[in-house]
Amino acid sequence: MPSALINVPAKAKRGDVIEIKTLMSHIMETGYRHTVSGEVVPRDIITSFACRFNGTEVFRADFYPAVAANPFLTFFTTVTESGRFEFEWIGDKGFSETASASITVE
Amino acid sequence: MANSDHTTRRTFLGLAGGAAVLGAVPIVIVRPAEATPAMLSAAIRNVVGEADVRTGKVKLDIPPLVENGNTVPMTVSVSSPMTANEYVKSIHVFNEKNPQPNIGNFYLGPRAGRAQVSTRIRLADSQKVTAIARLSDDSFWSATADVVVTLAACTEEAI
Repeated sequence: MPSALINVPAKAKRGDVIEIKTLMSHIMETGYRHTVSGEVVPRDIITSFACRFNGTEVFRADFYPAVAANPFLTFFTTVTESGRFEFEWIGDKGFSETASASITVE
Repeated sequence: MANSDHTTRRTFLGLAGGAAVLGAVPIVIVRPAEATPAMLSAAIRNVVGEADVRTGKVKLDIPPLVENGNTVPMTVSVSSPMTANEYVKSIHVFNEKNPQPNIGNFYLGPRAGRAQVSTRIRLADSQKVTAIARLSDDSFWSATADVVVTLAACTEEAI
């Protein structure tokens, strides 16, 4: 079962730079491994990640098979108003997951 | 019969001689002092185009010795102001010896506040990892780190 872990501070001061940590559980199968019988295990990875704040994109990433299983990502953003972060992971085999977190800006 | 045998042998010798000459040519070609595999430079060209990539401004934090190549923590930070006029547009990370040269692309903007990204990557062999940052003035800056990997990722058998 895919599941996301998000770490966003609950509160921040206006203009603060905050750190956001995300982790999505995913096998990130590279497509370069073989089974014992010699068949290639088909690629199954997350190809893109996006973070939006109140609808505006603040961060985006493209992943390749060289990203480790259960992609973990840390990045920064400036907050100027209270609102909601939305996270989206898209991948092979129709993989699509979303998560969200709210922040109160004083 | 004897005649045709003769022709074949002569043709073969001629071809072999030609091949030997051809084979000798690449050895004469002088290689650059630090040969970067073609795939890596092609992948970097895909991102930077014809622009110059200068060393500096980028800091690539990655352990120099890794026991398990399946999960290697990595942090890329760029020393650049993050204002509306001057900021880091994107960070691109490449490797030298995995089956694919790309690791990840990260797109930031002036709102990021700090140009820093961390993730965990896979390394299939001891190799160089290169991070390239694109600034708002479309200049490219890079940093490279050597990593020694004890247990390689990607290539082991799946159960």
